[in-house]
Amino acid sequence: MPSRVQALKLAEPAIVRRAIAESFKKLDPRHMVRNPVMFVTEVVSVLTTFLFVQALRGQGEAPAGFTLAISVWLWFTVLFANFAEAMAEGRGKAQADALRRSRQELVAKFLSEPRHGSGWAPVPSRMLHSGDVVLVDAGDIVPGDGEVIEGIASVDESVITGESAPVIRESGGDRSAVTGGTRVLSDWLVVRISAEPGETFLDRMIGMVEGAKRQRTPNEIALSILLAALTIVFLLAVATLLPFSLYAVKAAGQGQPVTVTVLAALLVCLIPTTIGGLLSAIGIAGMDRMVQANVIATSGRAVEAAGDVDVLLLDKTGTITLGNRQATAFVPARGVAEEELADAAQLASLADETPEGRSIVVLAKEKHGLRGREVHGLGATFVPFSAQTRMSGVNLDGREVRKGAADAVAEFVRERGGSVGDDVRETVDALAKSGATPLVVADGPRVLGVVQLKDIVKGGIRERFAELRTMGIKTVMITGDNPLTAAAIAAEAGVDDFLAEATPEAKLRLIRELQTGGRLVAMTGDGTNDAPALAQADVAVAMNSGTQAAKEAGNMVDLDSNPTKLLEVVEIGKQLLMTRGSLTTFSIANDVAKYFAIIPAMFVATYPQLGALNVMRLTTPASAVMSAVIFNALIIIALIPLALRGVEYRPVGAAALLRRNLLVYGLGGLVAPFVGIKAIDLLLSALHLV
Amino acid sequence: MRSQLRPALVLLVALHVLTGLVYPLAVTGVAQVVWPAEAGGSLVAVNGRARGSRLIGQPFSSPGYFWGRPSATSPVPYDASASSGSNLGPTNPALLELVRARIAALRAADPTLKGPIPVDLVTASASGLDPDISVAAALVQIPRVARARGIGEAGVRALVERHAVAPTLGLLGEPRVNVLLLNLALDAGSERGPGEVPRPGV
Amino acid sequence: MTAAAAVQLVLYLGVLLALAKPLGIYMARAYEGRPMILGPVLGPVERFLYRIAGVKADDEMDWKRYALAMLLFNFVGFLLLYALQRLQGGLPLNPARLPSVGPDLSFNTAISFVTNTNWQSYSGEQTMSDLTQMLGLAVQNFLSAASGMAVLVALVRGFARRSASTVGNFWADTVRGTLYVLLPLSFILALALVSQGVAQTFSASKRVALVEPVTVTSPKLDAAGAQVKDAQGNPVTETVTVTGQTLALGPAASQIAIKQLGTNGGGFFNVNSAHPFENPTPLSGFLELVAILLIPGALCLTFGEMVRDRRQGWAILAAMAVILAAFAAVDVASEQRGNPLLAKLGADQRPSATQGGGNMEGKEVRFGPVASALWATATTAASNGSVNAMHDSFTPLGGLAPMALMQIGEVVFGGVGSGLYGMLAFVIVAVFIAGLMVGRTPEYLGKKIGSFEMKMASLVILVPPATVLLGTALAVATAAGRGGTLNPGAHGFSEILYAFSSAGNNNGSAFAGLSANTPFYDFTLGLAMFFGRFWTKIPILAIAGSLAAKKMTPAGAGTLATHTPLFVGLLVGTVILVAALTFLPALALGPIVEHLQMLAMAR
Repeated sequence: MPSRVQALKLAEPAIVRRAIAESFKKLDPRHMVRNPVMFVTEVVSVLTTFLFVQALRGQGEAPAGFTLAISVWLWFTVLFANFAEAMAEGRGKAQADALRRSRQELVAKFLSEPRHGSGWAPVPSRMLHSGDVVLVDAGDIVPGDGEVIEGIASVDESVITGESAPVIRESGGDRSAVTGGTRVLSDWLVVRISAEPGETFLDRMIGMVEGAKRQRTPNEIALSILLAALTIVFLLAVATLLPFSLYAVKAAGQGQPVTVTVLAALLVCLIPTTIGGLLSAIGIAGMDRMVQANVIATSGRAVEAAGDVDVLLLDKTGTITLGNRQATAFVPARGVAEEELADAAQLASLADETPEGRSIVVLAKEKHGLRGREVHGLGATFVPFSAQTRMSGVNLDGREVRKGAADAVAEFVRERGGSVGDDVRETVDALAKSGATPLVVADGPRVLGVVQLKDIVKGGIRERFAELRTMGIKTVMITGDNPLTAAAIAAEAGVDDFLAEATPEAKLRLIRELQTGGRLVAMTGDGTNDAPALAQADVAVAMNSGTQAAKEAGNMVDLDSNPTKLLEVVEIGKQLLMTRGSLTTFSIANDVAKYFAIIPAMFVATYPQLGALNVMRLTTPASAVMSAVIFNALIIIALIPLALRGVEYRPVGAAALLRRNLLVYGLGGLVAPFVGIKAIDLLLSALHLV
Repeated sequence: MRSQLRPALVLLVALHVLTGLVYPLAVTGVAQVVWPAEAGGSLVAVNGRARGSRLIGQPFSSPGYFWGRPSATSPVPYDASASSGSNLGPTNPALLELVRARIAALRAADPTLKGPIPVDLVTASASGLDPDISVAAALVQIPRVARARGIGEAGVRALVERHAVAPTLGLLGEPRVNVLLLNLALDAGSERGPGEVPRPGV
Repeated sequence: MTAAAAVQLVLYLGVLLALAKPLGIYMARAYEGRPMILGPVLGPVERFLYRIAGVKADDEMDWKRYALAMLLFNFVGFLLLYALQRLQGGLPLNPARLPSVGPDLSFNTAISFVTNTNWQSYSGEQTMSDLTQMLGLAVQNFLSAASGMAVLVALVRGFARRSASTVGNFWADTVRGTLYVLLPLSFILALALVSQGVAQTFSASKRVALVEPVTVTSPKLDAAGAQVKDAQGNPVTETVTVTGQTLALGPAASQIAIKQLGTNGGGFFNVNSAHPFENPTPLSGFLELVAILLIPGALCLTFGEMVRDRRQGWAILAAMAVILAAFAAVDVASEQRGNPLLAKLGADQRPSATQGGGNMEGKEVRFGPVASALWATATTAASNGSVNAMHDSFTPLGGLAPMALMQIGEVVFGGVGSGLYGMLAFVIVAVFIAGLMVGRTPEYLGKKIGSFEMKMASLVILVPPATVLLGTALAVATAAGRGGTLNPGAHGFSEILYAFSSAGNNNGSAFAGLSANTPFYDFTLGLAMFFGRFWTKIPILAIAGSLAAKKMTPAGAGTLATHTPLFVGLLVGTVILVAALTFLPALALGPIVEHLQMLAMAR
């Protein structure tokens, strides 16, 4: 896939450098307070720094070196979390910068009257308002988003889509939208500007990838509440340990009360810093992945909603089937050789430049080795298709070869004294029932047989739908075909349901019905008549090639204009949620090991028997606390790649996904810190650091 | 708020009458008719005189009586108007000291008593009123009781076995002997009294 | 754990689950106002109550009105109970001529019974008159239970309804719970208990002559009841020969039935269900044990029935049963193994054909270690708090299990109503994390869990740490708090931790060595009980209101199924992990270290 947004390497040196600087800037408490978990960590870091200063002045409750080490690692914990966020933002910024370069200051040709040929005056593009009309000549850059009201031109949209092949933009129809920053290659366009300055598509895209206006999504807020609640729980558990330990010392008659330094260390180890530190990075990275897939979402909420979609409305043409019907079989009439039918059909189609016609030529060649012939070289006259005759064909050497709809050809044959045999009628009916389109071929009064034209279901789409089904997503095919044809294609493609003879109203009604039933609906669309349905759908992906109205109504725009992208969008949405859930589980499961490291360390002087809980056999109480704190800080760094990339998504059922993630992140989260803390402890004591 | 006040008050009064008066009176009425003895405290009468409740233990300290569980009611053991356990924790030195003393007292009262002592005989019951001891606890006291009363151990053993209660349905509860009933049976069956040496450390 | 003990545990769970289903469905019918078996008898009473109270049963309330009605009802009930104790000296039905109760204790006891805690800082037979027991304590046993069940039913309606603004009528729910559920079950159980020897009489206590008079040395008391001291300040003792025994009696069976069924746990006598007149036989013990968990268990199925998916009810019941069974196994094994320190002194603790053995300090022979440990886990799994043995004297691990079960937040069975609604708060959290892990906005029973539900569920989950840890910290930091402990060392800490675990989670059982009838404990524990109850109830009703208003999303393959063993496991894990992470340090300084010390001392 040609992509404007180059897949960035995970650790681009420039981004890393900028992120390091950003991590320090983000220490500003006004920024930190938005993330309760990390804010608590920062407060505790300040506290331990203070304790260190106190220890330096000889009034410390713990050795100065130990307090310093704890303090430094607590600061690292905060910085690592900031770094994760900065990395995610940095990747977005890099993409935004590329976009911003294309948003140069332009001088637009402001038309005094909204028509080609009226006089124009130079106006800076930033002064253009919605409703203004401008002229864009070949070589000019489109000064803002708008609708083509006159003219036709080829436009280079590679700045937006990454696709180098130019596209056609013309007034009227579904190809009338132009985007600011794209370049007109040939001809001219008269464009009515539709976006206020600063609100253009390019601006929105930049804002989106930068994460500047990132609002927290509903799930993220709910998760933040849970994390805040857990933080309070641990705050209570740790704060009350001070009086508990005083009591224990009194009761046991030995040992020292636990120090505030160790309590601070314990608190930071327990509160969910891993997920707390990575939470915003995960959110930003989710948007980022969407951008990498060449989809621009207008809000993070839309990305999240994509994961929840339970019904996909898919247009048949272009999404489920290849754009056009194709000839797939020749069914000769009784007494006619198939080759004769194929030959006649090919002859009738030689001049037919429609995809159907070409597919007949190709099929005849493939099945019977009939080479295509030059119509004019044969001295034939081409009879083009018309709405009246509903047939096309050639006249050649007195022969009148025709192909067309069954009743039209029947009429044609009857006029010439022939008739359509029962066998042909049966074939026609059978083909229609199976969802195919029968084309009857006649040579004068003689009916030769039927060509089967069929919608070709895209390769691999059936498997895709099966995957969706296991993911719990229902697919509905939308088509203008009659129910019979629709049912046959639906069965072949493996969609769950279909809406036949669909009108924009019927589509809208279907979405509303599904939503009333509690379903979340996703759809793609490009035409202006799709706009109401797009506005109604929960996840609405507009094709970039589509109309401005469609783009306005949707909450995502697919720059590749690829209707199957919807599937990818859903996966990215799910991945975003899964990454949050899995890292939360991991973070909380980690705490068990930290308790086993720190509790014995805290109380072994008071109650030597509690040494039995030191299952990791950590060297000293100090090294135990240090190892837990260091592990807690390093795990954030270790998980940044996962947070940015997202947890791997597999299209399996919910139960299988949960089992897998619980195993990896739940059980893994339980076990990993035992190993990690022990390893750090071994290292610390090997280096004689404690 | 106003509109809720009436239901709050009326229902509170009505439900007080229903659950606080009608219900207990109804239960008492049926109980007194169908199970008058059980409802009235399961008293044990000897020669028409109430000697206690089948369900409530009594303190015994003479060597010729089977001793019951140590009682933690204070200051009078087996005070059935002030039930109480010792609430001593498992590692409390006071508990260990008490158990040590109780074992010593049992051994002093019967020098032939060797081997471990059934635990219920040296630990205070929950209520301080436990009417039972385990069968094992009764068995280890047989030599002392027999000696103090000057009767054969076999007779005492038979008495214990007659009073032994197995777990209900072989499952619920533990094998046990009701001390008051056993001692009353002892008194009824033997000439000599229960002996003189009081039991220390109860 | 011996095989017989395991069979007992299985039998217990089996009987419980067998009874839970019919009762659960019966209760659903009662709360939904559908026709039912007792309708012809009690229907007229129900309608009469509505008429005199001016209640229309189908006048639905939104969650705020529902909460207001509930608070009002509880507050007036509190005032009545307080007044009754303060005035009991001048009121009838006081055969033992007990004086009026003091303000501290009256406050504590009134909160305790209104919040369904039944923490007792007093000794029943020595403090409360028959009138107070019957018309005050026993009545609140019914009403606090009925109001807990009402809040649960409101929450269940929140799950079951779609796009609705109301959650039911509090008055109707309270009346139905009392009339159709609590009263009939209590009546049956009370009579069954009387047949076993539980006292039920209005005659005053009986005096009998002891078979063998007993001589005791006791501190001499003056006319005012104060200790007489000699010139050196030492107490003067006197030797007294006691020839008789006073058997305290009263209308116990009727109160015990509801105390068990309503997860109240407040005993008629001081030692609660260890007292032979409260619990005379192994069979009465088994009946009372079943009664502890009967309604909390059955309510799970009521829930399943009301949301029209019984599997959901079974799943939650299964999660509860799994946790209960695990803790019971630990507790039974620990109590049966006994106290190695006593073995060292020469006590025989091995279970055999002639004795139950085990750790018998603070236990009754008729129950032995198995039934006592089973009871201890059941009574703390439920927020019942009645005891048939003294938890303070349990082995350290045997005491840890009940303590931890309370700290879990009384959601494993828990209180009638309150247990399940607390568990549903955990379900919301578990579903939330699990939902994220499968890549969908979390939903439960088709209701999407949003940030409001999360906020409220978080409040509920914060209750145990806040009340228990802050309360314990306050107590160990003050002389008034430290002064109450009976046992030295880590066990003393356990006594305080247990008290606040019990009060803050509305259980009511105690490590009874703690002298809790002091102004300090009466007040702090009273507050803990108050917050533990109402801090939970109001967020739960808020969740009910918010859920009721939501649309229902039909389940599909991408929806996380919440009735599978996987989800049950996840729920169990969430519940245990949250509690463990909150209380592990505190437990380490109490029972865990005591256990390790005990092992060390026994070596």
